[in-house]
Amino acid sequence: MDEHLATFLRGAYEMEQAPIISFKHVSKVYSNGTVGLKDIDFSIPKGQFLVVVGLSGSGKSTLMRTINRMHEVTEGEVYVENEAVSAYKGRSLRTLRRRIGMIFQNFNLINRSSVEKNVLSGRVSYYPTWKSVMGLFSAEDKQKAVASLNRVNMSEKIYARADELSGGQQQRVAIARTLMQDPKIILADEPIASLDPLTTKTVMDILKRLNQEDGLTVIVNLHSVELAREYADRIVGLRAGELVYDEPISAVTEADLNKIYQAI
Amino acid sequence: MTNANLPRRSWVQRWHVKGIGWTALMVLLLIGSSKMTDVNVGMFFSNLDQFADLIVRMSNPAWDYLSVIIQPLIETIQMAILGTTIGTVFAIPFALLAAGNLVHNKFLRGFDRLVLDLVRTLPDLLLAAIFVAIFGIGSTAGVITLAIFSFGMISKLFYEVIETIDMGPLEAMESVGASKITIIWYAVLPQIMNQFVSYFLYTLEINVRASTVLGYLGAGGIGVYLQRSLNEFNYGATAVIILATIVVVLIIDGISNHLRRVLL
Amino acid sequence: MQAMMSNNKPHLSLWRRWNWLVWLIIVAVVYVWAIGGLQFTGLQESAGSVSKSIVHGLVNPDWKYVYNGSGEDLVSLILQTLAIAFLGTIISSLISVPFAFWAARSEKEHYRLRSGSGKVVLTLIRTFPEIVLAIMFIKAVGPGSYAGVLAVSIHSIGMLGKLFSEAIENMDRGAEEAIVSAGGNSPQVFMMATLPTIMPEFISYTLYRFEIAVRSASILGMVGAGGIGTPMIFAIQTRNWPRVGIILLGIVVMVLLIDSLSEQLRKRLI
Repeated sequence: MDEHLATFLRGAYEMEQAPIISFKHVSKVYSNGTVGLKDIDFSIPKGQFLVVVGLSGSGKSTLMRTINRMHEVTEGEVYVENEAVSAYKGRSLRTLRRRIGMIFQNFNLINRSSVEKNVLSGRVSYYPTWKSVMGLFSAEDKQKAVASLNRVNMSEKIYARADELSGGQQQRVAIARTLMQDPKIILADEPIASLDPLTTKTVMDILKRLNQEDGLTVIVNLHSVELAREYADRIVGLRAGELVYDEPISAVTEADLNKIYQAI
Repeated sequence: MTNANLPRRSWVQRWHVKGIGWTALMVLLLIGSSKMTDVNVGMFFSNLDQFADLIVRMSNPAWDYLSVIIQPLIETIQMAILGTTIGTVFAIPFALLAAGNLVHNKFLRGFDRLVLDLVRTLPDLLLAAIFVAIFGIGSTAGVITLAIFSFGMISKLFYEVIETIDMGPLEAMESVGASKITIIWYAVLPQIMNQFVSYFLYTLEINVRASTVLGYLGAGGIGVYLQRSLNEFNYGATAVIILATIVVVLIIDGISNHLRRVLL
Repeated sequence: MQAMMSNNKPHLSLWRRWNWLVWLIIVAVVYVWAIGGLQFTGLQESAGSVSKSIVHGLVNPDWKYVYNGSGEDLVSLILQTLAIAFLGTIISSLISVPFAFWAARSEKEHYRLRSGSGKVVLTLIRTFPEIVLAIMFIKAVGPGSYAGVLAVSIHSIGMLGKLFSEAIENMDRGAEEAIVSAGGNSPQVFMMATLPTIMPEFISYTLYRFEIAVRSASILGMVGAGGIGTPMIFAIQTRNWPRVGIILLGIVVMVLLIDSLSEQLRKRLI
């Protein structure tokens, strides 16, 4: 057997052995009867850059939010690091969420607060309530905030107000905030939908770097097929809450992707 | 090392001058105004029994008083309708004069707005006191008070509406040489009629509320009876008056809200 | 198609064509009722001469009253009026916050018992006449500006609570979501996301309500609850028109200054 192929296969096998997230027959029906997710069943190995594509309303956001329990599932189970997320409650749920960073389409910063304050707020779960509320963050964490901002090239804006920044800059600050959690997984829900093409590339490059340099597992919801092909290790497609596509990037073809976007 | 590319904070930022300054100003104002108004928390609680006695007596409404106050309640509504109407009639020309897109004479417009601003500074009860002195006790003083009060309010609401109209039809008519009055009648009024009526009803709501207390100073309506019952320590009657007033105000609000929804 | 539409037309336009007349009749009836019901009796014959002396008084205000160091002069009482409005508004804004969260509708709520009851309470507070509140507090703490402060504090809750609760209903929930996803507990979410997001609007509404409170504080004195209203009603009752003139002038200047100051601050907030 070819040596390279053997290494690859062993790597692939190990990855298969240790999925960081797995969905087991996950379904979600909203209280008004709308079906959000239908029997989703797949696993995400550690360190993968996964892109989820699909039309808006196909269930991408819902799927993502079942991982950190921002949404509850009605059937099946989601496992993160081999633990069923439904078992978490209160404090343990918050420590689960700490391990999973999240980035949003609208950045979700506190507009009138400084960049520094916004970034430090990613650290909340490490502090008792009264300390975090009074803004009493330790000197190390303030250093850490600078370091996080450095990773997204935003440290020179540390004292600026969040709403003084451009969209791309705000998203980078949001990523720095997420890094404060020391996450193992990053969920990015349409992170570039409100950005122009140039800043889109900056933000996607940062996500890719976090994936490659820090080994973070990154899951990104995207509209754009081109970007998906450019950055993903693997692409899954959703349509009307169902998993209709799942291929490693090497096997993805243009024709496949177009199919996902075709109306039923 | 990581701090190398941090920007320097100005001393205003470093010492939180703004935050501390505002806090200090607020604390000073609070201390100053509590001194000036002799606020004394203890006094309130030491007289709590008197207050409680009042509440107890008010919570036994003298329902037979209801028959006495129906006529003045009706009078109150009539005062409000008439006052609002008179105010509106006078407000329309002033509103047209104050609208920047109709009147290009800056001096005329500025003077008009100054008059309107001055009228709006006068509280309704103060006007009532003066008009009672002029016209004597009775609903005349009330109607005139409400007319002036609604004049100030409506003219401002109206000219703000006029300034938002679509100028296209106006320019079209101007180009064919129509007179100012013709333009207003055919190009301005149709665009703003619904909003005018809506604001009229809104002002009517406010005037109904206001008219219930004008009588306290002798300007007619239910307020006369309110004052009488309070002077006679007849708190059961006071309670009935207040309850009946609240019911009337809510009914008028309901009707007016419904009409405004139909209109817009 | 064409035929169908023209068939329908007369039906539709019957109401359309005549509904203006229906409205006209309704409006006419309302006005006949309103004008017919009022008695414009009790008109004093002296109205003319009184108006003349009022105008004379307004044109020749009692300048000596502006400041005489007694603490009962115009400047002192205007300041006292502002103090009543300020303190009342601040107290009210604090009490309004829990009321607002009580009355704000949330998406999760299926039956609206909580928010509905909150809205009813706020409406009742708003509709309860402020001068009656002032008179009630006078019974409790005696006449003076303290009663005025209490009246403004309680009455303003009705409006501030309503405005605050609407701000909460319409607020952007993004920052809250971010803190939740970072593992914050509910007090942390409230203090680090909800409050900072909503604060500018709360402050802006509070300033707006302060403008209104200044107006009401200047009349509460007419029933004995402190401020400039007390000398005003005395001056009117004793027909001291130059005094009335200077007080009116004082109120106008005060209100204009406060309005423009508050407007400046509100502009900077948004």
